[in-house]
Amino acid sequence: MKTKLKKALESVYLYLMFMFLYVPIAVLMVFSFNKAKSRGVWGGFSLKWYAEMLADSTLMSALRTTLIVGVLSAVISCIIGTAAAIGIQGFRKKKLRNLINEVTNIPMVSSELVIGVSLMLLFIALKIPRGMLTMLLAHITFNIPYVILSVTPKLMQLDNNLYEAAVDLGAKPWYAFKNVVLPEIMPGVINGLLMAFTLSIDDFVISFFTTGNGITNLSIYVYSTAKRLNPKINALSTLMFIVIMLLLIIINKRTSKDKDSNVLIS
Amino acid sequence: MYKKYLSYPHLMWMLIFVLVPIVIIFLYSINVLSTNGTTGFSFENYKNFFDITYMKIFGYSLWIAFLSTVFCLGFGYPVAYILAKRERERLAKGKKSSTMFMLFVMPMWMNMMLRTYSWLTILESNGLLNTLLGFFGLPQVNILYTTAAVVLGMVYDFIPFMILPVYSVLVKIDPSINEAAEDLGASPIKVFFKVTIPMSLPGVVSGITMVFLPSITTFYISNIFGGGQIMLVGNLIEQQFLVANNWNFGSAIAIVMMVLMFLSMKIMNLFNKGNKQMAMF
Repeated sequence: MKTKLKKALESVYLYLMFMFLYVPIAVLMVFSFNKAKSRGVWGGFSLKWYAEMLADSTLMSALRTTLIVGVLSAVISCIIGTAAAIGIQGFRKKKLRNLINEVTNIPMVSSELVIGVSLMLLFIALKIPRGMLTMLLAHITFNIPYVILSVTPKLMQLDNNLYEAAVDLGAKPWYAFKNVVLPEIMPGVINGLLMAFTLSIDDFVISFFTTGNGITNLSIYVYSTAKRLNPKINALSTLMFIVIMLLLIIINKRTSKDKDSNVLIS
Repeated sequence: MYKKYLSYPHLMWMLIFVLVPIVIIFLYSINVLSTNGTTGFSFENYKNFFDITYMKIFGYSLWIAFLSTVFCLGFGYPVAYILAKRERERLAKGKKSSTMFMLFVMPMWMNMMLRTYSWLTILESNGLLNTLLGFFGLPQVNILYTTAAVVLGMVYDFIPFMILPVYSVLVKIDPSINEAAEDLGASPIKVFFKVTIPMSLPGVVSGITMVFLPSITTFYISNIFGGGQIMLVGNLIEQQFLVANNWNFGSAIAIVMMVLMFLSMKIMNLFNKGNKQMAMF
């Protein structure tokens, strides 16, 4: 009896916390279909905010920037990061390897604000006009460590003899890599890619400091219009949340098969 | 196949886009423009930060970050504890692991700006909360643009970062340790305080790091929930760069924050030996 009560109380607590996390998002989604402009009153079902969202050229160009930077930064950081994860394994001296890992971790562990501001000063010093290019460079910078983080465990699981055997049997290094190593580490590479894309399309702070010339991404658009009543943001958020949730579910499904490379919750 | 040169593009990238910017920001911070138009090196900017006005802002930021961390721990620890307990029970019975935990950490990966924004709909003076309260004839609450709202925003944004590391540690505790303690006569409450809590300490420590450090330097949460009336160190840095255009002073504060974060991370890691991976997330 007592344990049953305890269990019920625990469940109630979990559900309350669950609601705390998800009710605001649910409210946003519901209100994206609200005919009235007010954020507190329900005026009937309507898709008009979705139509207005599509007609808003600032918003659409922000969406375009977000997607272009997201895809490009994910692909480029995936290539650099995967190569780096392999290369770092080649450093046999423990001290040197630790140093490289420490440097690699800097973008992950330090404050986004400091990274954003310091990159802004770098682009000014290099006289690169701030815009989509600088935003892309910044996103690649914070994405690479996550790709390395997701590929490295797969490399650890890899049997080194496989590659040696392929080369001994006459395969060229690149051929052996492509046909023997790559298929083995592919789950980690794909997860790194998806994660990099997710991080990129979610980023606000670093983009905020590294962009300029009126180029904005979605987060910056939301930030700059949040003060006014703008139900288009609700429509946009609903779409964004659905895309992100789908991506996360895909990443989780992929990684739940093997626990070691579950970067998302490691 | 582990050719070192494969990592060279990455190392170059980190050099140009991580290390060089840190050097640049440091140079800015020690550069002072004197009245006759020449520039010189001095620690003037650092000295300015230790002025009473800025120290008050700094103290206030620490206080708000402290509150957020306490609430995240207070509300997040039970979540991690219950989830971990249930997960171990499931595994003991040979069942598949639950997706519930996944749902609690998923917000970590969702757009923080949108998650922060979503609260406006609820908290606004004529928002959903007050509409509901009015419907039941209850008094209205206006917490938007107060310290409470900023703390709420931080707890909402950062609580998954507390649940994750605490859960990761709790779920690995061998149930037989708890059983042993109980067999030796400890009450469940005693087991919790003498066994579970000490063993979960590494997770708690990384949770605190992951909540406290971002709380100090956030500026958009305080801007959105504080309506421009709440000034934290993050806002101060942002303003020096984008409004006041005093990059040298802004850089000095950023460097101070960077050093403080580095130090607190090192101190936290002392508690966290052998738990390297957790320190990152």
